[in-house]
Amino acid sequence: MSPEDLAEALQGRFADVGLARGEVTVLVEAGAVPETLLWLRQHPDLAFDLLACVSATDGPGADPRFWLTYEMRSMQHHHRVRVKTGASGTDPRLPSVAPVFPTADWQEREIYDLYGVVFEGHPNLHRILLPEDWEGHPLRKDEELGGVPTWYVGARVPPVDQRGMA
Amino acid sequence: MPVERIEGMHLGRSPEEIEEEVRRGVLTTSLDRAVGWARKQSMWPATFGLACCAIEMMSAGAGRYDLSRWGMELFRASPRQADLMIVAGRVSQKMAPVLRRIYDQMPEPKWVISMGVCASAGGMFTNYAIVQGVDTIVPVDVYVPGCPPKPEMLMHGILTLQRKVRTEVPFR
Amino acid sequence: MSAADGREMRGASGALRDAATGELRQETMIINMGPQHPSTHGVLRLLLELDGETVVSCEPIIGYLHTGIEKNTEYRTWQQGVTFVTRADYLSPFFNELGYCLGVERLLGIEAPERAQIIRVLVCELNRIASHLVWLATGGLELGAVSVMLYAFREREIILDVFEAITGLRMNHAYIRIGGVVMDMPQEGPGKIRNLLRVLPGRFDEYETLLDDNPIWRERNEGVGVLGAEQALALGVTGPCLRAAGVPADLRKDIPYGGYETYDFDVPVQTAGDAYARYRVRMAEMRESLKIVRQALERLEHTPGPVMVQDPKVGWPSRLSVGPDGIGNDPDYLRHIMEESMEALIHHFKMVTQGVAVPAGEVYSAVESPRGELGFHIVSDGGHRPYRVKIRDPSFVNLQALPLMAEGYLVADLIASNASLDPVMGGVDR
Repeated sequence: MSPEDLAEALQGRFADVGLARGEVTVLVEAGAVPETLLWLRQHPDLAFDLLACVSATDGPGADPRFWLTYEMRSMQHHHRVRVKTGASGTDPRLPSVAPVFPTADWQEREIYDLYGVVFEGHPNLHRILLPEDWEGHPLRKDEELGGVPTWYVGARVPPVDQRGMA
Repeated sequence: MPVERIEGMHLGRSPEEIEEEVRRGVLTTSLDRAVGWARKQSMWPATFGLACCAIEMMSAGAGRYDLSRWGMELFRASPRQADLMIVAGRVSQKMAPVLRRIYDQMPEPKWVISMGVCASAGGMFTNYAIVQGVDTIVPVDVYVPGCPPKPEMLMHGILTLQRKVRTEVPFR
Repeated sequence: MSAADGREMRGASGALRDAATGELRQETMIINMGPQHPSTHGVLRLLLELDGETVVSCEPIIGYLHTGIEKNTEYRTWQQGVTFVTRADYLSPFFNELGYCLGVERLLGIEAPERAQIIRVLVCELNRIASHLVWLATGGLELGAVSVMLYAFREREIILDVFEAITGLRMNHAYIRIGGVVMDMPQEGPGKIRNLLRVLPGRFDEYETLLDDNPIWRERNEGVGVLGAEQALALGVTGPCLRAAGVPADLRKDIPYGGYETYDFDVPVQTAGDAYARYRVRMAEMRESLKIVRQALERLEHTPGPVMVQDPKVGWPSRLSVGPDGIGNDPDYLRHIMEESMEALIHHFKMVTQGVAVPAGEVYSAVESPRGELGFHIVSDGGHRPYRVKIRDPSFVNLQALPLMAEGYLVADLIASNASLDPVMGGVDR
């Protein structure tokens, strides 16, 4: 289906469907994500059988603070859709889609590890990329980049996030 | 029959030449130099390829840039049997204790080459996740810069290390 | 161990025989494989529970190469993001760059010039061959076929020569940039590629003669690491592993990008879903890539033009050319900006210090890398720096299938399955 047809087909069921740059985005409530993804997979004309990517973005000023996107792809009809939802900043919790799409297992663990978003119903939620005893969630915007200042030719250059350049 | 010595033509050897030849024919040297020479000839690297530099290290061991010329194509998997650790690639905070442990498991004498800028100084990744130079964890003998260094650069680093090993004094 | 010699060997918790039933007690062994291991394809740690030689359970533990690439991109300009992103999956650097640049170009609403697109396809397909050669080399090495490693690396050196001539580097090139490629094909490039096209098919025939019907290779790979189509799709596995299970999914054909719809090639598919099927799929893919390279090279000769978008606010300004001491700044361009045009100098300055300003929005762009779907979820807030670059790496998702492929088999089969899955830990951990 072309993106326009897809957007039209989805507008019947979802209130917030956006189309930009050839990509269709569906905005849903956090609690509705697993059933949305399941419906998208089971609908015969849509048939989104691959959950390609679960991604999170941190917007410190916005509400909700964390945006999660679920990129889906159909192997039969060769189209894509993005399901987007939000999680609050103070206690980010979302239902896990791992029971519905096993591929989300490690992807949600990675988001928990780097952002601190808790996925309820996840079979095995603990850190995956960082050491088990690491404190903090590095990819949040209020965490600094880390790194050490560099000595070079007698001058001391601070790490990238403290350099004050445009 | 007496041997006739013709004036102006060298048929035999003078006493000085005889001494020179004796000196050349018999290898007399100090134990230090002999041990240093033997050690550099037969260094076995331990496999510690982590990231992109590991692929260049494998290329250095493969057919075109042949590490076997210096007897080093034999990458030992077990650190107990290795004496050179080529840290090839970026060392993350999670990997750092493993690196130290492997280094501790290697028997003396052992050397470390830090291959690539990520191992030498953190590289382009000055952030929370990468150890900014493995010399904060293990003592490094030779640093090979590059991202990744060409196999020829790694070979230059290895030859530098061999020169260092040959000339160092092993016994005190 | 008989009762006659008076000594008994004790297990972890005591007696040799069960007190109640009198049977020999059996316990499984928990063994740690990696992260420093010659056969785990990088720094992968596998926590194995073994019953003798059979794997009861296998848990991959990753993160030993976590580099924080995604966080680093948020502190650099958009063009500098290319150099970070290219080191994620370090065996397919061009694909990383291509996915990222296609995403940013979609946000900018531009398209690279046609000559740039042809060069991109050309180097990407050569990269696919090089990556599959490393898979073959390390896979063969792990199974004990050491000579395969030397042969495959020999072929890879020919391809890396071509890369070095075109981009200046053997790996991690940062060649594909936003708006095109950074430098045009040099004069000796087409000749080297033609030489490659002449030599490689014969070498692939050699590999197939050596391995296809080799009884040891078949024994170790057939029936090992079986992954069915539904299991693969449920776990999100893409790439040769999915194609070996019978699903003809290839992004180059399904959702084409970068001009791939105009090339003529097939997508090899096998149905067995085991390690041998993956081997056949990858060998066939290498030949298909050669077909694409041949077509791209022919097209390149008929397509003159720029290789970078001409808009001075988007395209990378400097031109590089080969001088007496190597590749460096083009003297004509330097004269232009220093002596002739003030505006060009200002544009150059702004592009190099600040970079492109990308309109706000988000985009997901995916390419078909040698390991599967390599996707980039890029979010921009309208500034000169990326707001979020998330790399959907195929190895990260594919590795979730390893426990399913390994449990119930022998440890040696685990090695073969892992090798046939072809994970690259740089992409897994990023």
